[in-house]
Amino acid sequence: MMRRYVIIGSGAAGVAAAETIRTLDASGLIWIVTADPDGYYSRPGLAYYLTGEAAREQLYPLPNHYWKELGLRWHVDEVERVDPEGHRLVMKGGKDLPYDRLLLATGAKALLPDTPGINLEGVLKLDTLEDADRLLKLARRGQHAVVVGGGITALELAEGLAARGMHVHYFLRGDRFWSGVLDETESRMVERRLQHDGIFLHYNTNLVEVLGRGGRVSGVRAKTGDDACEMACSVVAVAIGIRPRKELAEQAGLLVGRGIRVNQCLQTSHPDIFAAGDAAEVLDPRSGEYVLDSLWNPAIEMGSAAGRGMAGRMTPYQKLVPVNVTRLGGLVTTIIGQVAAKRDALLVDLDLPGIMRGDSEVFRQHPDAVVAQSLHDGSRLRLYLSGGRLVGALIMGEQALSRPVQRLVRSGEDLGELVPQLVAPGARLDEKLWEFVKN
Amino acid sequence: MLRNLFHDASRKNMILVSGYVSPEPGRCVQCGICTYNCPIGIDVRLHAMRGEPVRDSRCLTCGECVTLCPRGVLSFEKASPASLKQGTGR
Repeated sequence: MMRRYVIIGSGAAGVAAAETIRTLDASGLIWIVTADPDGYYSRPGLAYYLTGEAAREQLYPLPNHYWKELGLRWHVDEVERVDPEGHRLVMKGGKDLPYDRLLLATGAKALLPDTPGINLEGVLKLDTLEDADRLLKLARRGQHAVVVGGGITALELAEGLAARGMHVHYFLRGDRFWSGVLDETESRMVERRLQHDGIFLHYNTNLVEVLGRGGRVSGVRAKTGDDACEMACSVVAVAIGIRPRKELAEQAGLLVGRGIRVNQCLQTSHPDIFAAGDAAEVLDPRSGEYVLDSLWNPAIEMGSAAGRGMAGRMTPYQKLVPVNVTRLGGLVTTIIGQVAAKRDALLVDLDLPGIMRGDSEVFRQHPDAVVAQSLHDGSRLRLYLSGGRLVGALIMGEQALSRPVQRLVRSGEDLGELVPQLVAPGARLDEKLWEFVKN
Repeated sequence: MLRNLFHDASRKNMILVSGYVSPEPGRCVQCGICTYNCPIGIDVRLHAMRGEPVRDSRCLTCGECVTLCPRGVLSFEKASPASLKQGTGR
């Protein structure tokens, strides 16, 4: 009998799982069940759709005929619940869908603060292509927008709305941008670029209330220190973090932590149900802790490993040192491994108490490490060294070194004599590293 | 100035005959800006997703995709004469 595979979620993990299953099982039935009517698209690409750098239709990496060739069946509906013993999904639309193997690739959803007025029309987040469409519909040249939150998504919202001609007021609860990952020099580099692009930064500022008229956003009430103020605006865009979608797993009685808990082969506590991507909480072999991350490539790798297991080829998922590449205020930035040292552990990122998109909890595991840093020609290089090895790095601007540095962090190679050279006062880290990797 | 112009033109010609665009797939998020901006319509993103260098003989090595990629996925690599023979011409 043909095996029935059901995948809940049409993101990077779900699609990677479907592709892998098909390579191992030519005849099995594969369903992708999703509540997202837009199916599979580049979620990180939404930022560039907002700025106008990417066209909407360009966000779909794979043509329609590809799904047909893969023999995939799509079902757009919300899942009401999973019945693990009956091996079936109960859909909101009333249908039942039986399965032999199930993958929960349900992703994560944006959090909203419980601020009064948060449900008014014009309060926006950036989870889906539909959200991006809504943002573009409401973005009006010359009008005012308020952006609240920290990290990559908030920045993308601010840059996108500014690119559409809005006057953007970016509220930071703390005194600098993304203090959980960037150091002060890097935060200021990004902030200067945002200000240069016409974005108004409001430090130490809390959103107190979203004001409305006729059910729509008309302004905000905010507090900077003890000073309260009101500001007129037509859009409030929020990115204060995400939370794994684990409700279906919880209802099904599966083991969950902050995400859906999986073993090394990405199996949940029920042997026929797997989980992958932003929703899954996986073991980090280096720290021995279960961690969350929300990164594109690990989602693909997890999806592939889960797909192999579902098709009967159980394969341990090797969680690599996480890497993210992003663009902060126009500066391409690569973040590798652990980039917040122990002495920074007391710093709390007020804008992002948890995880966000493009983030890994591993970035904020605090190694007992020595930091070396240099700034040259507008580029920044920051390295974390522990036990003679590189355990983390942040490369902002010029990216030529990102590949060799990534290799050094992932391999855990002993740097030997290079270490004292890197930590020497005033050392040009880029030159020292180039000499090392060339030899 | 003329000398510089000559130098730039020679360098461009050198890339045209001996260089190709190479992706680092781990950085790619499939946004499609590279494909969208390729003046001759090469699906650069597909190459990046598969981790394959752009060995399409139509590639002008104009650098649009390399410059516009927001994540630094693409770079120019020097090609050896042997690898150039592998160009598909599709």
